[in-house]
Amino acid sequence: MRVTVIDYKAGNLTSVLKALRHLGAEVEVTDSDLALVESAERLVLPGVGHFQATERLDASGITPAIRAAIGRGVPFLGICVGMQWLYAGSSEAPAQPGLAHFPEPCTRFPDHSEKVPHVGWNSLEVRPGSRLLAGVEPGEYVYFTHSYKAPVTDSTAAVAHYIGPFAAAVEQGNVMGVQFHPEKSGATGLKILRNFLACEGN
Amino acid sequence: MLTKRIIACLDVHAGRVVKGVQFVDLIDAGDPATQAARHAREGADEIVLLDITATHERRQTLLETVRRTARELFVPFAVGGGIRSAQDAGQVFDAGADKVSINSAALADPGLIDAIGRSFGAQAVVVAIDARRDPQAADPVRDAQVFVQGGRKPAGRRVVEWAREAEDRGAGEILLTSMDSDGTRAGFDCELTAAVSEAVGIPVIASGGAGTVAHFTDVFARGKADAALAASIFHFGVSSARALKQELARAGVPVRLPC
Repeated sequence: MRVTVIDYKAGNLTSVLKALRHLGAEVEVTDSDLALVESAERLVLPGVGHFQATERLDASGITPAIRAAIGRGVPFLGICVGMQWLYAGSSEAPAQPGLAHFPEPCTRFPDHSEKVPHVGWNSLEVRPGSRLLAGVEPGEYVYFTHSYKAPVTDSTAAVAHYIGPFAAAVEQGNVMGVQFHPEKSGATGLKILRNFLACEGN
Repeated sequence: MLTKRIIACLDVHAGRVVKGVQFVDLIDAGDPATQAARHAREGADEIVLLDITATHERRQTLLETVRRTARELFVPFAVGGGIRSAQDAGQVFDAGADKVSINSAALADPGLIDAIGRSFGAQAVVVAIDARRDPQAADPVRDAQVFVQGGRKPAGRRVVEWAREAEDRGAGEILLTSMDSDGTRAGFDCELTAAVSEAVGIPVIASGGAGTVAHFTDVFARGKADAALAASIFHFGVSSARALKQELARAGVPVRLPC
């Protein structure tokens, strides 16, 4: 199982790499090697921190290569900010566009009703048919830490509730994203990463 | 539903887990990597490793300990002790930590909170505050005195105003230790915890004083804590985080179960 992880200097990658290797994946990391993205069997875009960091993907010229890979059906997993990047953008950095694979924008949790960021273990309502979340039973928990969120739409693979409902996971064909951190979500998280690694390109 | 977190804390000295009361009479309590893995297996929602005698010379020991501990750990992992710059934090993250906890260094240079948050995100910055009620203050709780250097020296700050500044500068969480309660096993300082939790919009982790399951129910309800640190309780009667969480669930506290 070969997987290419894209490094755009948004927080640290150590935990994601460690989890993928723990599952037996052959992991390569790149920040700008277009050839690696073009030959990737699977792509993972991690990311914690600020949406603005995704500008590096544009600066390094890697955005069109990812778009092309997604077009070819290469399985893609965005984690946290990496998931939000699949959308039109985020109100965290309004001038920085996302990939717009999903047309909606990401927005901040409203302040003053509950603590923001949303930090901790929350449960998932998995929608039927998700390959990424196959085998995740009702009442299993995953670890979140974020202040911005994607809306619930037809592409949503799992809903979580904090203040209101939001997209905990998105999935459309081989394009997938999770708002939570599977690499930090114990056995449930490893199961989800294993499901992703089992996805094959078209 | 978002659950209340039970965080297992390992105090580490020279690469070994130690137990002791207020940093004296330290007893060797094992290998950090083994202990962290055990707590995660037994249901802890998060692991905190605090290097209680961090010195410049021991940084390599700490980094090696973090590396070994993180290797097989798939729950959030925070590390504190001896982190004085964004560069120090970077090394700890590279070694496998998800969050750093900063205390004295943040009081000496509050800009450190901004610097680490800018580079690694607010979720990666936990500001630890050690506070003791001040009977002389107009409000002994909200104006509790903040201490540095493991509680040895007053920092000249008041708990609520310092917690607010930490939040404004980009801290993602507050780890609040009540020095009055710490080591007593007589319960968390719920008034202190509530005062800070209500004053900030970020999660607050309560620490100090855990002795019984009821103390946790209390700090989540009255203390409005988002998470609670458990250290010595696992050595005194409650066998594991899972056992603690099963009791909490029975008392109506939302917790991650099964775990």
